[in-house]
Amino acid sequence: MNRTARLLLLLAAVLVLGGVAVGATLHAAGRADRKDRTQAGGPEVASGPVRLDDPRHGLFRNMAWGPHRDEITAVPEGRLTGPRTASGVRCLRFHAASGTGICLQAVHGELRDTYRAVVLDNRLRERRHYDLAGTPTRARVSPSGRTVAWTVFVSGDSYAGTAFSTRTSVVDTRGRHLDANLETYALTVDRHRVRAVDINVWGVTFADDTHFYATAATAGKTYLVRGDRSTRTLRALHPNVECPSLSPDGTRIAYKKRIADADPDAPWRLYVLDLRTLRETATAEHRNIDDQAVWRDGHTLVYSLPGDYGSDLWTVPADGTGTPHRLLSAALAPVFSR
Amino acid sequence: MYLADGRPAPSPSVSPGGRRDGRGRRVRAAVPSTVLVLGAVSLITDISSEMVTAVLPLYLVAELGLSPLGFGVLDGVYNGVSALVRLVGGRLSDGGGGRGHKAVAAVGYGLSALCKPLLLMVHTLPLIGAVLAVDRTGKGLRTAPRDAMISLAAEPAARGRAFGVHRAMDTAGALCGPLVAFVLLRAAAEGYDAVFTVSFCVAVLGVVVLLLFVPGRALPAAEDTAGRGPAGPRTPVRALLRRPQVRRLTACAVLLGLTTVSDSFLYLALQRRLDLPAGWLPLLPLGTAAAYLSLAVPMGALADRIGRRRLFLAGHLVLLGAYGLLLAPFGGGAGLVCGVLLLHGAFYAATDGVLAAATADAVPEDARGSGLAVVQTGQTAARFVCSLAFGAAWTAWGDHTAVLAAAVGLALAAALSARLLRPAAPAPAPNSPSEHTP
Repeated sequence: MNRTARLLLLLAAVLVLGGVAVGATLHAAGRADRKDRTQAGGPEVASGPVRLDDPRHGLFRNMAWGPHRDEITAVPEGRLTGPRTASGVRCLRFHAASGTGICLQAVHGELRDTYRAVVLDNRLRERRHYDLAGTPTRARVSPSGRTVAWTVFVSGDSYAGTAFSTRTSVVDTRGRHLDANLETYALTVDRHRVRAVDINVWGVTFADDTHFYATAATAGKTYLVRGDRSTRTLRALHPNVECPSLSPDGTRIAYKKRIADADPDAPWRLYVLDLRTLRETATAEHRNIDDQAVWRDGHTLVYSLPGDYGSDLWTVPADGTGTPHRLLSAALAPVFSR
Repeated sequence: MYLADGRPAPSPSVSPGGRRDGRGRRVRAAVPSTVLVLGAVSLITDISSEMVTAVLPLYLVAELGLSPLGFGVLDGVYNGVSALVRLVGGRLSDGGGGRGHKAVAAVGYGLSALCKPLLLMVHTLPLIGAVLAVDRTGKGLRTAPRDAMISLAAEPAARGRAFGVHRAMDTAGALCGPLVAFVLLRAAAEGYDAVFTVSFCVAVLGVVVLLLFVPGRALPAAEDTAGRGPAGPRTPVRALLRRPQVRRLTACAVLLGLTTVSDSFLYLALQRRLDLPAGWLPLLPLGTAAAYLSLAVPMGALADRIGRRRLFLAGHLVLLGAYGLLLAPFGGGAGLVCGVLLLHGAFYAATDGVLAAATADAVPEDARGSGLAVVQTGQTAARFVCSLAFGAAWTAWGDHTAVLAAAVGLALAAALSARLLRPAAPAPAPNSPSEHTP
């Protein structure tokens, strides 16, 4: 084959491959545009004022297609399927309590996207923000609204190559004290201090402003740990607990449990642990749950499952009875007033 | 382009023919077209693979809703597999009187290209892991034959620079990849399918360029000082290691590899030592890559002048300097970060392509692929062992002491390597550092 023939072949390849690439991009861009248009039959969403301390409304990240996609949105507690009021604040993860909100959001930069954690006041205005080292995954506010925590996935931390690990930070919204990485707390398992590089901590749930529960993982095992900000300690209480969520009365933990004989692609089931007896109860939800559940009240759990528009919210009783049912479609990261 | 602007050929030594043909031609005399084409293939392929690498965490978490924890263990296994596959690729490619190099490399590049659309079809962590394993297999297969082709196409005296040019082009692609991915995601929010499809198209283009423009049989550019000869086309690893030059080089690569702390550990130590904002962590590799990109060609040329093994050693002393900065008692700040990253990039520039060039000096043509694979696999395996040991040391003693231990180890390994690599009398000329086998 002479040079001309090779160059012509190269040109042909560039044209064909370029066409496919441009086509794929336009197709994806068109789909993204569709997501900005309101879907037929979807929930009604209109912008309006949203407050964090309004007991008559539930809050969540609106996943429905349209101009208000990803915004923190309010619906009447009594009629969750009713019209949604969008705040204009976009969050990937969100939580709120007593008039303080935490919003983990993407910041679209010139060269790459970055993430930040924004502490919100009662009317969803930014009080301050913190740059994040990775992809947001969990966020929680303490019951008093004074302390907030968040977890991100970080890549580039591991010694085995391009692996992922977590980083969890806790901040006092008044004193401004930031614990940037809970891995610096002293972890004890069975009364032994664990000093490993592979410790990961994620999924904080607050008991009060100083005490919290979270997941700590090391050497391939996960534990429910009780954390204390004043002594900077984490103490393991129970194995095989991920993404804990403390009940309003502080006696039980709802969590993801990794089931040994389950499909390894979908290993997590929703369980509830009694903190006094350490007895585990399986909920009636038998599907794979990869979320940090929230307590709607003292005996009802709410969690997300994949849905037509990314995520739907489902609910199931915490005592193992009943059946799961869909609470809200196209919604994520809910907050209910207590 | 890159070369023509950056490195005017030294005029006194330019042949009349080169001068008559003008600038472009002179550059070509220094860097053969095969090397430039292979550099282009690597550049294109790295754009493709780094596009995927850049968005994969986001895709797993945001789109598939998976928790990417636990990926690390698998990743370590893949890297081990990739190192073994590299030996196989090197061995296979040495068959067929030199035709094998292109064929095996094409299969390697092709395998990785095929993985991109597959990523769109799998939605669970184990299957995604399997696809990435095939991708690494492709990378393992192609590396040794590609380096063999570069070494065979370049004149022995300019081999260091040829590898420098290739590594610079390769790194340029790696830097472009994430940018392309994020531009695509900007154009189409959540357009991961677009990213994977474009990545596939780019990878296929790389294979097309390889198939069309890399000659089937890489002709030796000039007399090859490594000698033709006794090794034969089916040289097993043992026979290769029986050659003192290969044995010493492998030993040094392993020794020094055992004290080369992995990139992510270095960045993590830097971040913790200086208490950098965590948001900086993903930017640190870019600093190393930028330094590597700008220094690869000059370092390659320097290697040709002062000797490749000497520069390979010097590069590790530069790394020792980086460890030293990390251990320095003073506070630091942006200057210290830049210093460490510059030294880290300079270390790669002085060792990565240079080791391949030094290996080529010591391995006969017909076993070039196997020889490169043996030395590079030894180095990779040693670095993995170092990672495990460094992790244990960090756990037991904290990061400061762990870095200190690595620095002491590196100094010892460098001293030992300096003895091992000292040329046997009579000393060969710097441009032909290999010994002449009788």
